[in-house]
Amino acid sequence: MTVMRVVMLVGLAILIALPAVVPPYFLHLLIQILLWAFIYTAWALMGRFGFVSFGHGAFMGVGAYVPALLWTYYGLTPWIGIPLGIALSMLLAVVIGYPCFRLRVVGHYFALVTLALSQVVLLSLVAARDVTGGSLGFTQRAVGHSWYALQFPEKSYFYGISIVVWLVGLYVWHHIDRGINREALEAISEDEDAAAAIGINVLREKLRVTVISAALTALGGAVYAQYMMYINPETVSGIAVSLQIVFAVVAGGVYSMLGPTVGSLLTLSLTEGLRVWFGTNFIGAANTIYGILLILCIIFMPQGIVGALKGLRLWSPRTKAAAPAE
Amino acid sequence: MDPYLIEAIINGILLGGVLALLALGLNLIFGVIDVVWIAYADIVMCGMYVIYFLYVEYGVPLPLACLIAIASIAALGVVVHLLIIAPVLNSAPINQLLATGGLLFFLQSFATLLFGTDFRNIGVRLPILEIATLYISFARLIAFCVGLVGAVLLYLFLKRTYIGTAIRAIAQDRDIVGLMGVDQRRIYLVTSAIGGALAGLAACLLALQYDVHPHIGNTFGPVIFMICVLGGLGNMIGGFIASFIISQIIAIGGYYSNTELSYVLAFTFFIVLMFVRPRGIFAR
Repeated sequence: MTVMRVVMLVGLAILIALPAVVPPYFLHLLIQILLWAFIYTAWALMGRFGFVSFGHGAFMGVGAYVPALLWTYYGLTPWIGIPLGIALSMLLAVVIGYPCFRLRVVGHYFALVTLALSQVVLLSLVAARDVTGGSLGFTQRAVGHSWYALQFPEKSYFYGISIVVWLVGLYVWHHIDRGINREALEAISEDEDAAAAIGINVLREKLRVTVISAALTALGGAVYAQYMMYINPETVSGIAVSLQIVFAVVAGGVYSMLGPTVGSLLTLSLTEGLRVWFGTNFIGAANTIYGILLILCIIFMPQGIVGALKGLRLWSPRTKAAAPAE
Repeated sequence: MDPYLIEAIINGILLGGVLALLALGLNLIFGVIDVVWIAYADIVMCGMYVIYFLYVEYGVPLPLACLIAIASIAALGVVVHLLIIAPVLNSAPINQLLATGGLLFFLQSFATLLFGTDFRNIGVRLPILEIATLYISFARLIAFCVGLVGAVLLYLFLKRTYIGTAIRAIAQDRDIVGLMGVDQRRIYLVTSAIGGALAGLAACLLALQYDVHPHIGNTFGPVIFMICVLGGLGNMIGGFIASFIISQIIAIGGYYSNTELSYVLAFTFFIVLMFVRPRGIFAR
């Protein structure tokens, strides 16, 4: 595995050195790819065990809006605001997750309950339009370059930040993948009754991974809001974002560590490439192709792109969770 | 009582009629094929575009345009089943959900690509009825009545015809039905066509009241799922009653606060009820 480790380190070094050579536009793209990759990885922490949440738009929305609002109205630094947003998001995850897992709301039902949650957050943000600006979105107070306000007009700072959060996401994935919890969670995803019978605390395991996933998603939303400076309920919350998260992960592959990252890279380059290719005359062309690809992906390679590549290389037996990429 | 409140309640009942029709279509498909069409509301959107273009752009008379819309959306239902649902019929339920979600993305963005994001109205202005001090929209009244008639017709079809009986049987036990000599694939196609036709009918009713735009599905799609789940997925009578409960929450909530908050209330009610009665209100 030492060869892989060297490859990984070289890859990381190239990633870090990129701002020196690429133009700002590509840097902007890279930041977005890394931030979304982080959020997708956070979703996949749950998704890989079959807990499909359509409610991650809710966590991202809370994570994005709380620090932005606190900073703009009360001058509270995001260094406190972001943890508050994350805490609120974790609370939300517990409020929804505890009864769901306690009462065995699974599968379709869990997906639809979480879908309702993301609509609740979206519509609440729109309804509180006096504070949040409603559907018109919200631009937080800009102060130029400031560590206190966590605002940097130069993109290279946010590039560094997004690499760090992305690595944090991968680390958490790796940690869960390697821990004993993974075995427990896989047992739960196969059969909850059987898992409970061999002494796994089903409720606690599911709740833990849900809360971790919600917290990371909120962090992703917060960094996204700090970087973009403008947030809109539709772009950080609600059914559209929730579905976007689910699909990008499915396209990339939910069972491998780099799957969500590949999903992010692929979907964003596709969107951006088609946008440049077609120009703005064909709004929707990108997503049309995207939609078709998603359907094809699910029909022909439900393991995602990374999963499919692995299958080619290793002729691996049909295990549900393939070994992590390393 | 405040006349505006009474008006809100009446409007809620009228809205419930259309929602019930949509919930029926979705429930039928779920009960029989066991797949949730996340894109159901977007199929309705397609129907609204068909009516708009036939009536406004090509001058086809409105009733004929509606009939064509119903037929074409029924055909779309069959196409969706053949191209997207049939290949994933034996996959994990969540993959089925995702496949129809991909369809949602596709339909919304394809509509954007073809028609742009403009709001289009078919421009039919129906009179407003004035009863005592109450004002009731005629379009909504029609929608309510047609919705009810559609529901009754569907009920009769399922109860009285051979194929309807086969559809109900397949919803109860899909394995045994095959042994009884029913061709499941044909039943699936018929069900998808009926589900599509109901979506087309709902599109006619909605086109009278709302502007059509590519994302209109997002405004009432989540509400329909909520209704189906509340009534118990696959339970048509439950879904029928649940649609009136939800429409009342939206209407009365809208009277006391604003539209968004009334939807927040409805979704919160849904989440809480899922915890109290996880298999729907009418689960035994």
